[in-house]
Amino acid sequence: MSLKVLACSPLCLLQDGGRHGWQGLGVSPGGPVDQHAAAWANRLLGNAPGVALLEVALGGLELEVQADTWLALSGAELPLSLDGEPLPAWSRFRVRPGQRLKLGFARAGQRAYLAAAGGFRAAPVLGSVSTQTREKLGGLAGNGQPLAVGDVLACGTEGSRFARGASVPWPYQPDYREPPLLRVLPGPDAFASEQRQAFFRQPWRISPQSDRMGVRLRGEALDAPRRQWSLGVVDGAIQVPPDGQPIILLADRQTMGGYPVLGVLHPLDIGRLAQCPAHSEVRFAEVALEQAQAELREFLRFFAT
Amino acid sequence: MIRLEAFGAQALLVTLAEQPDDALPLRIAHLAEHLRGELGAALTDCVPGWTTLLLHYDLLRIDSPQLERRVQAALADWPGESVAEDAGRLHEIAVWYAGEDLADVARQCRLAPERVIELHTGRDYRVGAIGFAPGFAYLGELDERLVLPRRATPRTRVPAGSLAIAERQTAVYPQASPGGWHLLGRTAQRLFDPHHEPPCPLAVGDRVRFVPIDEAAYRAAGGEP
Repeated sequence: MSLKVLACSPLCLLQDGGRHGWQGLGVSPGGPVDQHAAAWANRLLGNAPGVALLEVALGGLELEVQADTWLALSGAELPLSLDGEPLPAWSRFRVRPGQRLKLGFARAGQRAYLAAAGGFRAAPVLGSVSTQTREKLGGLAGNGQPLAVGDVLACGTEGSRFARGASVPWPYQPDYREPPLLRVLPGPDAFASEQRQAFFRQPWRISPQSDRMGVRLRGEALDAPRRQWSLGVVDGAIQVPPDGQPIILLADRQTMGGYPVLGVLHPLDIGRLAQCPAHSEVRFAEVALEQAQAELREFLRFFAT
Repeated sequence: MIRLEAFGAQALLVTLAEQPDDALPLRIAHLAEHLRGELGAALTDCVPGWTTLLLHYDLLRIDSPQLERRVQAALADWPGESVAEDAGRLHEIAVWYAGEDLADVARQCRLAPERVIELHTGRDYRVGAIGFAPGFAYLGELDERLVLPRRATPRTRVPAGSLAIAERQTAVYPQASPGGWHLLGRTAQRLFDPHHEPPCPLAVGDRVRFVPIDEAAYRAAGGEP
Protein backbone atom coordinates (compact mmCIF):
# COMPACT_ATOMS: atom_id res chain seq x y z
CA MET A 1 0.00 0.00 0.00
CA SER A 2 1.73 3.14 -1.12
CA LEU A 3 1.83 6.37 -3.05
CA LYS A 4 4.48 6.79 -5.72
CA VAL A 5 6.04 10.20 -6.32
CA LEU A 6 5.72 11.26 -9.98
CA ALA A 7 6.67 14.90 -9.47
CA CYS A 8 7.51 17.01 -6.46
CA SER A 9 8.87 20.38 -5.46
CA PRO A 10 12.13 20.62 -3.47
CA LEU A 11 10.69 20.72 0.03
CA CYS A 12 8.23 17.87 0.50
CA LEU A 13 9.18 16.59 3.93
CA LEU A 14 8.01 13.66 5.98
CA GLN A 15 7.09 14.93 9.47
CA ASP A 16 5.63 13.40 12.60
CA GLY A 17 5.17 14.81 16.11
CA GLY A 18 8.83 15.82 16.19
CA ARG A 19 12.08 14.48 17.58
CA HIS A 20 11.77 14.92 21.35
CA GLY A 21 14.08 14.01 24.18
CA TRP A 22 17.34 14.82 22.36
CA GLN A 23 17.55 18.60 22.55
CA GLY A 24 20.10 18.17 25.34
CA LEU A 25 22.45 16.74 22.69
CA GLY A 26 21.83 19.56 20.24
CA VAL A 27 19.26 17.71 18.13
CA SER A 28 16.57 20.00 16.72
CA PRO A 29 13.00 19.00 17.61
CA GLY A 30 11.68 19.50 14.06
CA GLY A 31 8.16 18.47 13.13
CA PRO A 32 5.50 20.36 11.17
CA VAL A 33 5.91 24.14 11.20
CA ASP A 34 2.11 24.49 11.23
CA GLN A 35 0.96 22.20 14.03
CA HIS A 36 -2.65 23.33 13.65
CA ALA A 37 -3.02 22.33 9.98
CA ALA A 38 -1.07 19.10 10.56
CA ALA A 39 -3.27 18.19 13.54
CA TRP A 40 -6.43 18.64 11.47
CA ALA A 41 -5.16 16.55 8.55
CA ASN A 42 -4.52 13.67 10.94
CA ARG A 43 -7.77 14.14 12.82
CA LEU A 44 -9.83 13.96 9.61
CA LEU A 45 -8.49 10.42 9.22
CA GLY A 46 -8.86 9.37 12.84
CA ASN A 47 -5.06 9.34 13.22
CA ALA A 48 -3.59 10.06 16.64
CA PRO A 49 -1.74 13.40 16.87
CA GLY A 50 1.85 13.10 15.66
CA VAL A 51 1.20 10.38 13.10
CA ALA A 52 3.60 10.80 10.15
CA LEU A 53 2.38 12.94 7.29
CA LEU A 54 3.83 15.02 4.49
CA GLU A 55 4.57 18.74 4.71
CA VAL A 56 4.41 20.18 1.21
CA ALA A 57 6.00 23.62 0.89
CA LEU A 58 4.31 25.78 -1.76
CA GLY A 59 2.67 22.77 -3.44
CA GLY A 60 3.68 20.98 -6.61
CA LEU A 61 3.29 17.28 -5.82
CA GLU A 62 2.01 14.51 -8.04
CA LEU A 63 1.39 10.99 -6.76
CA GLU A 64 0.33 7.71 -8.28
CA VAL A 65 -1.96 5.91 -5.89
CA GLN A 66 -1.06 2.28 -5.26
CA ALA A 67 -3.42 1.78 -2.33
CA ASP A 68 -7.06 1.61 -1.40
CA THR A 69 -7.18 4.08 1.44
CA TRP A 70 -8.15 7.56 2.61
CA LEU A 71 -6.06 10.71 2.46
CA ALA A 72 -6.61 14.23 3.77
CA LEU A 73 -5.21 17.63 2.85
CA SER A 74 -5.07 20.78 5.00
CA GLY A 75 -3.07 24.00 5.18
CA ALA A 76 -2.19 26.16 2.17
CA GLU A 77 -4.94 26.73 -0.37
CA LEU A 78 -3.91 24.99 -3.59
CA PRO A 79 -5.56 23.26 -6.56
CA LEU A 80 -6.17 19.63 -5.55
CA SER A 81 -7.40 17.01 -7.99
CA LEU A 82 -7.84 13.26 -8.23
CA ASP A 83 -7.74 11.99 -11.82
CA GLY A 84 -8.41 15.57 -12.88
CA GLU A 85 -11.49 15.98 -10.67
CA PRO A 86 -11.18 18.81 -8.12
CA LEU A 87 -11.35 17.96 -4.43
CA PRO A 88 -12.33 20.29 -1.59
CA ALA A 89 -9.72 21.67 0.79
CA TRP A 90 -9.40 20.75 4.45
CA SER A 91 -11.10 17.41 3.76
CA ARG A 92 -10.57 13.68 3.62
CA PHE A 93 -11.10 11.67 0.44
CA ARG A 94 -10.97 8.06 -0.74
CA VAL A 95 -8.28 6.98 -3.18
CA ARG A 96 -7.94 3.75 -5.15
CA PRO A 97 -5.08 2.05 -7.00
CA GLY A 98 -4.20 3.63 -10.33
CA GLN A 99 -5.54 7.06 -9.48
CA ARG A 100 -3.42 10.17 -9.87
CA LEU A 101 -3.38 12.82 -7.15
CA LYS A 102 -2.19 16.31 -8.03
CA LEU A 103 -1.37 19.18 -5.69
CA GLY A 104 -0.89 22.40 -7.65
CA PHE A 105 0.84 25.52 -6.39
CA ALA A 106 -0.36 27.43 -3.34
CA ARG A 107 -2.56 30.48 -3.84
CA ALA A 108 -2.66 31.36 -0.15
CA GLY A 109 -0.51 29.98 2.67
CA GLN A 110 2.92 28.37 2.38
CA ARG A 111 2.62 24.78 3.59
CA ALA A 112 0.05 22.10 2.90
CA TYR A 113 -0.23 18.86 4.85
CA LEU A 114 -1.08 15.54 3.23
CA ALA A 115 -2.01 12.77 5.64
CA ALA A 116 -2.89 9.12 5.07
CA ALA A 117 -5.12 6.88 7.19
CA GLY A 118 -2.69 5.10 9.53
CA GLY A 119 0.13 7.44 8.54
CA PHE A 120 3.19 7.15 6.28
CA ARG A 121 5.82 4.64 7.29
CA ALA A 122 9.57 5.06 7.58
CA ALA A 123 12.27 3.88 9.98
CA PRO A 124 12.61 6.40 12.81
CA VAL A 125 15.91 8.03 13.73
CA LEU A 126 16.22 9.04 17.37
CA GLY A 127 12.56 8.13 17.79
CA SER A 128 11.17 10.20 14.92
CA VAL A 129 10.77 10.20 11.13
CA SER A 130 10.68 14.02 11.02
CA THR A 131 12.97 15.23 8.24
CA GLN A 132 15.77 17.49 9.42
CA THR A 133 17.77 18.37 6.31
CA ARG A 134 20.52 20.33 8.07
CA GLU A 135 21.16 17.56 10.59
CA LYS A 136 20.62 14.78 7.99
CA LEU A 137 18.11 12.96 10.17
CA GLY A 138 14.75 11.45 9.37
CA GLY A 139 12.78 11.25 6.15
CA LEU A 140 12.17 8.12 4.07
CA ALA A 141 15.80 6.96 4.12
CA GLY A 142 16.67 8.33 7.57
CA ASN A 143 19.27 10.73 6.16
CA GLY A 144 17.26 13.94 6.18
CA GLN A 145 16.48 13.97 2.47
CA PRO A 146 13.29 15.55 1.11
CA LEU A 147 10.96 13.54 -1.10
CA ALA A 148 12.23 12.85 -4.64
CA VAL A 149 10.70 11.63 -7.89
CA GLY A 150 10.46 7.84 -7.78
CA ASP A 151 10.12 7.66 -3.99
CA VAL A 152 7.49 5.29 -2.68
CA LEU A 153 5.52 6.41 0.35
CA ALA A 154 4.41 3.32 2.25
CA CYS A 155 1.15 4.05 3.99
CA GLY A 156 -1.40 3.02 6.35
CA THR A 157 -4.25 0.71 6.63
CA GLU A 158 -6.49 -1.12 4.28
CA GLY A 159 -9.95 -0.51 3.00
CA SER A 160 -12.79 1.87 3.33
CA ARG A 161 -12.67 2.81 6.98
CA PHE A 162 -14.98 5.81 6.51
CA ALA A 163 -18.53 5.80 5.19
CA ARG A 164 -18.08 9.19 3.57
CA GLY A 165 -15.88 12.22 3.20
CA ALA A 166 -15.65 14.96 5.81
CA SER A 167 -14.26 18.45 6.09
CA VAL A 168 -12.84 20.59 8.85
CA PRO A 169 -15.64 22.89 10.07
CA TRP A 170 -15.41 26.36 8.48
CA PRO A 171 -14.54 28.29 11.67
CA TYR A 172 -11.35 26.22 12.02
CA GLN A 173 -10.12 26.88 8.50
CA PRO A 174 -7.86 29.95 8.76
CA ASP A 175 -7.92 32.71 6.13
CA TYR A 176 -4.27 32.90 5.08
CA ARG A 177 -4.92 36.04 3.02
CA GLU A 178 -5.88 38.12 6.05
CA PRO A 179 -2.75 39.82 7.53
CA PRO A 180 -2.50 38.30 10.99
CA LEU A 181 -2.17 39.81 14.43
CA LEU A 182 0.10 37.39 16.26
CA ARG A 183 0.17 37.10 20.02
CA VAL A 184 3.38 37.22 22.04
CA LEU A 185 4.08 35.96 25.55
CA PRO A 186 6.72 37.66 27.69
CA GLY A 187 10.31 36.46 27.20
CA PRO A 188 13.09 35.90 29.71
CA ASP A 189 15.31 38.84 28.73
CA ALA A 190 14.91 42.39 29.97
CA PHE A 191 14.41 44.74 27.03
CA ALA A 192 14.03 48.48 27.50
CA SER A 193 10.32 49.31 27.46
CA GLU A 194 10.74 51.68 24.47
CA GLN A 195 12.19 48.76 22.50
CA ARG A 196 9.31 46.47 23.43
CA GLN A 197 6.85 49.19 22.46
CA ALA A 198 8.71 49.71 19.20
CA PHE A 199 8.30 45.99 18.44
CA PHE A 200 4.55 45.96 19.12
CA ARG A 201 3.82 49.33 17.56
CA GLN A 202 5.14 48.74 14.06
CA PRO A 203 4.09 46.35 11.30
CA TRP A 204 6.87 43.96 10.22
CA ARG A 205 7.53 42.34 6.85
CA ILE A 206 8.45 38.70 6.38
CA SER A 207 11.92 38.41 4.83
CA PRO A 208 12.49 36.01 1.89
CA GLN A 209 15.42 34.67 3.96
CA SER A 210 12.89 32.87 6.18
CA ASP A 211 12.79 29.07 6.30
CA ARG A 212 11.94 26.16 8.60
CA MET A 213 14.59 27.32 11.07
CA GLY A 214 13.00 30.69 11.55
CA VAL A 215 11.11 33.63 10.16
CA ARG A 216 13.16 36.78 9.73
CA LEU A 217 11.39 40.08 10.11
CA ARG A 218 12.23 43.34 8.36
CA GLY A 219 11.40 46.68 9.96
CA GLU A 220 12.85 49.49 12.00
CA ALA A 221 15.82 48.05 13.86
CA LEU A 222 15.43 47.38 17.57
CA ASP A 223 18.14 47.96 20.14
CA ALA A 224 18.92 44.73 21.91
CA PRO A 225 20.72 44.12 25.19
CA ARG A 226 23.79 41.91 24.89
CA ARG A 227 23.35 38.36 26.09
CA GLN A 228 26.49 36.61 27.19
CA TRP A 229 25.92 32.87 27.55
CA SER A 230 24.01 30.65 25.16
CA LEU A 231 21.03 28.91 26.64
CA GLY A 232 18.23 26.61 25.53
CA VAL A 233 15.57 28.18 23.32
CA VAL A 234 11.97 27.31 22.39
CA ASP A 235 9.73 27.29 19.33
CA GLY A 236 8.40 30.78 18.72
CA ALA A 237 11.23 32.52 20.59
CA ILE A 238 11.66 36.05 19.16
CA GLN A 239 15.40 36.65 19.08
CA VAL A 240 16.93 40.04 18.42
CA PRO A 241 20.42 39.80 16.89
CA PRO A 242 22.83 42.77 16.73
CA ASP A 243 21.28 44.08 13.47
CA GLY A 244 18.01 44.65 15.33
CA GLN A 245 15.92 42.58 12.89
CA PRO A 246 14.05 39.92 14.87
CA ILE A 247 14.11 36.21 14.09
CA ILE A 248 11.22 34.03 15.23
CA LEU A 249 12.33 30.44 15.75
CA LEU A 250 10.42 27.61 14.06
CA ALA A 251 10.54 23.80 14.23
CA ASP A 252 14.01 23.32 12.65
CA ARG A 253 15.62 25.79 15.06
CA GLN A 254 18.82 25.06 16.86
CA THR A 255 18.46 23.97 20.46
CA MET A 256 20.43 26.83 21.99
CA GLY A 257 20.89 30.49 21.21
CA GLY A 258 22.93 33.46 22.31
CA TYR A 259 20.73 36.32 21.13
CA PRO A 260 18.42 38.04 23.62
CA VAL A 261 14.78 36.97 23.45
CA LEU A 262 12.15 39.72 23.46
CA GLY A 263 9.17 37.38 23.78
CA VAL A 264 7.74 34.07 22.63
CA LEU A 265 5.05 33.69 19.99
CA HIS A 266 1.82 32.13 21.30
CA PRO A 267 2.22 28.41 20.39
CA LEU A 268 -1.08 28.41 18.48
CA ASP A 269 0.06 31.38 16.37
CA ILE A 270 3.33 29.80 15.20
CA GLY A 271 1.54 27.85 12.48
CA ARG A 272 -0.21 31.00 11.26
CA LEU A 273 3.17 32.76 11.00
CA ALA A 274 4.56 29.80 9.07
CA GLN A 275 1.81 30.29 6.47
CA CYS A 276 2.79 33.93 5.76
CA PRO A 277 4.54 34.55 2.43
CA ALA A 278 7.70 36.60 1.97
CA HIS A 279 7.14 40.36 1.90
CA SER A 280 3.74 40.11 3.62
CA GLU A 281 2.99 42.17 6.70
CA VAL A 282 2.45 40.93 10.26
CA ARG A 283 1.72 42.67 13.52
CA PHE A 284 2.11 41.57 17.11
CA ALA A 285 0.18 42.03 20.33
CA GLU A 286 0.90 41.01 23.89
CA VAL A 287 -0.87 38.13 25.59
CA ALA A 288 -0.58 36.71 29.10
CA LEU A 289 1.12 33.38 29.77
CA GLU A 290 -1.83 31.86 31.65
CA GLN A 291 -4.24 32.58 28.83
CA ALA A 292 -1.88 31.10 26.24
CA GLN A 293 -1.38 27.97 28.35
CA ALA A 294 -5.14 27.52 28.83
CA GLU A 295 -5.68 27.79 25.08
CA LEU A 296 -2.82 25.43 24.28
CA ARG A 297 -4.08 22.87 26.77
CA GLU A 298 -7.54 23.03 25.20
CA PHE A 299 -5.98 22.53 21.74
CA LEU A 300 -3.90 19.55 22.89
CA ARG A 301 -6.87 17.94 24.66
CA PHE A 302 -9.11 18.40 21.62
CA PHE A 303 -6.70 16.62 19.28
CA ALA A 304 -5.80 13.94 21.81
CA THR A 305 -9.35 12.57 21.84
CA MET B 1 20.67 34.04 42.77
CA ILE B 2 18.55 31.16 41.46
CA ARG B 3 15.67 32.25 39.20
CA LEU B 4 12.77 30.34 37.68
CA GLU B 5 10.95 31.94 34.76
CA ALA B 6 8.54 30.76 32.12
CA PHE B 7 10.07 30.60 28.64
CA GLY B 8 6.95 30.40 26.50
CA ALA B 9 3.97 28.23 27.31
CA GLN B 10 5.79 24.88 27.63
CA ALA B 11 9.22 25.54 29.06
CA LEU B 12 10.72 26.68 32.36
CA LEU B 13 14.11 28.39 32.45
CA VAL B 14 16.12 27.79 35.62
CA THR B 15 19.05 30.17 36.06
CA LEU B 16 21.46 28.70 38.58
CA ALA B 17 24.21 31.31 38.68
CA GLU B 18 25.11 34.64 37.15
CA GLN B 19 28.57 33.47 36.04
CA PRO B 20 29.82 30.04 35.05
CA ASP B 21 32.35 28.17 37.14
CA ASP B 22 34.20 24.95 36.50
CA ALA B 23 32.05 22.65 38.65
CA LEU B 24 28.69 24.16 37.75
CA PRO B 25 28.05 22.05 34.62
CA LEU B 26 28.43 18.86 36.63
CA ARG B 27 26.03 20.16 39.26
CA ILE B 28 23.55 21.21 36.58
CA ALA B 29 23.84 17.73 35.05
CA HIS B 30 23.03 16.17 38.44
CA LEU B 31 20.01 18.46 38.83
CA ALA B 32 18.83 17.54 35.34
CA GLU B 33 19.17 13.83 36.08
CA HIS B 34 17.29 14.20 39.36
CA LEU B 35 14.45 16.10 37.68
CA ARG B 36 14.22 13.57 34.84
CA GLY B 37 13.77 10.83 37.44
CA GLU B 38 11.23 12.89 39.38
CA LEU B 39 9.11 14.12 36.49
CA GLY B 40 9.27 11.24 34.02
CA ALA B 41 7.19 11.76 30.89
CA ALA B 42 6.06 15.21 32.04
CA LEU B 43 9.54 16.45 31.08
CA THR B 44 9.98 16.26 27.30
CA ASP B 45 13.44 17.80 26.99
CA CYS B 46 16.17 19.10 29.22
CA VAL B 47 18.76 21.56 27.88
CA PRO B 48 21.65 22.58 30.16
CA GLY B 49 23.56 25.79 29.51
CA TRP B 50 26.65 27.17 31.23
CA THR B 51 24.53 28.75 33.97
CA THR B 52 21.05 27.55 33.10
CA LEU B 53 18.78 24.54 32.69
CA LEU B 54 15.83 24.76 30.31
CA LEU B 55 13.02 22.33 31.06
CA HIS B 56 10.60 21.62 28.21
CA TYR B 57 7.43 20.04 29.59
CA ASP B 58 4.12 18.51 28.51
CA LEU B 59 1.26 20.81 29.47
CA LEU B 60 -1.15 17.86 29.49
CA ARG B 61 0.86 16.12 32.21
CA ILE B 62 1.90 19.01 34.44
CA ASP B 63 1.10 22.69 34.80
CA SER B 64 3.61 25.46 35.49
CA PRO B 65 2.80 26.01 39.20
CA GLN B 66 3.20 22.25 39.84
CA LEU B 67 6.45 22.16 37.88
CA GLU B 68 7.86 25.17 39.71
CA ARG B 69 7.03 23.57 43.06
CA ARG B 70 8.82 20.34 42.08
CA VAL B 71 11.86 22.26 40.83
CA GLN B 72 12.01 24.36 44.00
CA ALA B 73 11.88 21.17 46.06
CA ALA B 74 14.78 19.71 44.04
CA LEU B 75 16.74 22.94 44.46
CA ALA B 76 16.34 22.81 48.24
CA ASP B 77 18.92 19.99 48.27
CA TRP B 78 21.06 21.47 45.52
CA PRO B 79 23.98 21.65 44.90
CA GLY B 80 24.54 19.09 47.58
CA GLU B 81 28.10 18.04 48.38
CA SER B 82 30.90 20.01 46.85
CA VAL B 83 32.29 18.62 43.63
CA ALA B 84 35.96 17.66 43.29
CA GLU B 85 37.86 19.35 40.47
CA ASP B 86 38.56 16.03 38.77
CA ALA B 87 34.97 14.81 39.00
CA GLY B 88 33.20 14.00 35.75
CA ARG B 89 34.23 11.37 33.16
CA LEU B 90 37.42 12.18 31.30
CA HIS B 91 37.61 11.79 27.52
CA GLU B 92 40.77 12.01 25.44
CA ILE B 93 40.39 13.30 21.92
CA ALA B 94 43.29 12.90 19.51
CA VAL B 95 43.77 15.91 17.23
CA TRP B 96 46.00 16.57 14.26
CA TYR B 97 46.82 20.24 14.83
CA ALA B 98 47.05 21.54 11.28
CA GLY B 99 43.90 23.62 11.09
CA GLU B 100 43.42 26.37 8.50
CA ASP B 101 43.50 29.08 11.16
CA LEU B 102 46.40 27.78 13.30
CA ALA B 103 48.96 30.14 11.79
CA ASP B 104 46.54 33.05 11.93
CA VAL B 105 45.60 32.37 15.56
CA ALA B 106 49.31 32.15 16.44
CA ARG B 107 49.92 35.49 14.78
CA GLN B 108 46.97 37.22 16.42
CA CYS B 109 47.90 35.85 19.86
CA ARG B 110 51.60 36.67 19.25
CA LEU B 111 52.67 33.11 19.95
CA ALA B 112 54.51 30.43 18.02
CA PRO B 113 52.08 27.84 16.56
CA GLU B 114 53.73 25.16 18.74
CA ARG B 115 52.96 27.26 21.80
CA VAL B 116 49.31 27.58 20.72
CA ILE B 117 49.13 23.76 20.57
CA GLU B 118 50.87 23.50 23.95
CA LEU B 119 48.43 25.90 25.56
CA HIS B 120 45.42 24.22 23.98
CA THR B 121 46.44 20.69 25.01
CA GLY B 122 47.79 21.83 28.38
CA ARG B 123 44.54 21.78 30.30
CA ASP B 124 41.37 19.74 30.72
CA TYR B 125 38.10 21.28 29.59
CA ARG B 126 34.61 20.94 31.01
CA VAL B 127 31.56 20.23 28.81
CA GLY B 128 29.22 23.10 29.67
CA ALA B 129 26.53 22.62 27.09
CA ILE B 130 25.78 20.66 23.92
CA GLY B 131 23.99 22.68 21.26
CA PHE B 132 24.39 24.57 17.96
CA ALA B 133 24.36 21.20 16.18
CA PRO B 134 23.95 17.55 17.28
CA GLY B 135 26.94 16.60 19.44
CA PHE B 136 28.53 20.07 19.32
CA ALA B 137 29.90 20.29 22.87
CA TYR B 138 30.88 23.71 24.19
CA LEU B 139 34.08 23.22 26.23
CA GLY B 140 35.57 25.66 28.67
CA GLU B 141 37.61 27.37 29.77
CA LEU B 142 40.19 28.24 27.11
CA ASP B 143 43.55 29.66 28.21
CA GLU B 144 43.22 33.46 28.24
CA ARG B 145 46.26 33.80 25.96
CA LEU B 146 44.23 32.15 23.18
CA VAL B 147 41.11 34.28 23.52
CA LEU B 148 39.94 35.75 20.21
CA PRO B 149 36.53 36.95 19.07
CA ARG B 150 34.69 34.85 16.48
CA ARG B 151 35.92 35.27 12.90
CA ALA B 152 34.55 38.41 11.26
CA THR B 153 33.24 36.32 8.37
CA PRO B 154 32.03 32.83 9.23
CA ARG B 155 32.89 30.01 6.83
CA THR B 156 30.00 28.53 4.89
CA ARG B 157 31.54 25.11 5.43
CA VAL B 158 33.72 23.81 8.26
CA PRO B 159 34.92 20.21 7.67
CA ALA B 160 33.52 17.51 9.97
CA GLY B 161 35.75 16.80 12.96
CA SER B 162 37.22 20.29 13.04
CA LEU B 163 38.60 21.47 16.37
CA ALA B 164 37.97 25.16 16.90
CA ILE B 165 38.21 28.00 19.40
CA ALA B 166 36.40 31.29 20.01
CA GLU B 167 36.28 33.60 23.03
CA ARG B 168 36.79 31.45 26.13
CA GLN B 169 35.53 28.20 24.59
CA THR B 170 36.69 25.37 22.38
CA ALA B 171 34.68 22.74 20.52
CA VAL B 172 34.72 20.08 17.81
CA TYR B 173 32.26 20.37 14.89
CA PRO B 174 30.86 16.83 14.65
CA GLN B 175 29.57 17.32 11.09
CA ALA B 176 30.37 19.72 8.32
CA SER B 177 28.42 22.93 8.86
CA PRO B 178 28.78 26.69 8.59
CA GLY B 179 30.97 27.99 11.40
CA GLY B 180 32.56 31.17 12.72
CA TRP B 181 35.19 29.77 15.09
CA HIS B 182 38.95 29.52 14.43
CA LEU B 183 40.04 26.11 13.18
CA LEU B 184 43.07 24.62 14.93
CA GLY B 185 42.91 20.98 13.84
CA ARG B 186 40.95 17.83 12.96
CA THR B 187 39.93 14.73 14.87
CA ALA B 188 38.95 11.37 13.40
CA GLN B 189 36.80 10.61 16.41
CA ARG B 190 33.07 10.45 15.76
CA LEU B 191 31.31 12.77 18.18
CA PHE B 192 27.78 12.18 17.05
CA ASP B 193 26.15 9.08 15.58
CA PRO B 194 22.35 8.89 15.70
CA HIS B 195 22.46 5.09 15.37
CA HIS B 196 24.85 4.63 18.28
CA GLU B 197 23.86 4.23 21.92
CA PRO B 198 24.53 6.84 23.26
CA PRO B 199 24.53 9.03 20.16
CA CYS B 200 27.14 11.32 21.72
CA PRO B 201 30.05 10.11 23.89
CA LEU B 202 30.21 13.45 25.73
CA ALA B 203 27.77 14.62 28.39
CA VAL B 204 27.45 17.94 30.19
CA GLY B 205 29.78 17.88 33.20
CA ASP B 206 32.31 15.55 31.56
CA ARG B 207 35.94 16.58 31.04
CA VAL B 208 37.87 16.57 27.79
CA ARG B 209 41.62 16.46 27.17
CA PHE B 210 43.12 16.95 23.72
CA VAL B 211 46.12 14.90 22.62
CA PRO B 212 48.23 16.01 19.62
CA ILE B 213 48.92 13.41 16.92
CA ASP B 214 50.53 13.65 13.50
CA GLU B 215 48.89 13.38 10.11
CA ALA B 216 49.73 9.69 9.69
CA ALA B 217 48.09 8.82 13.00
CA TYR B 218 45.07 10.98 12.07
CA ARG B 219 44.63 9.11 8.79
CA ALA B 220 45.22 5.74 10.43
CA ALA B 221 42.40 6.56 12.85
CA GLY B 222 40.10 7.12 9.89
CA GLY B 223 40.55 10.85 9.53
CA GLU B 224 39.09 12.34 6.35
CA PRO B 225 41.16 14.63 4.12
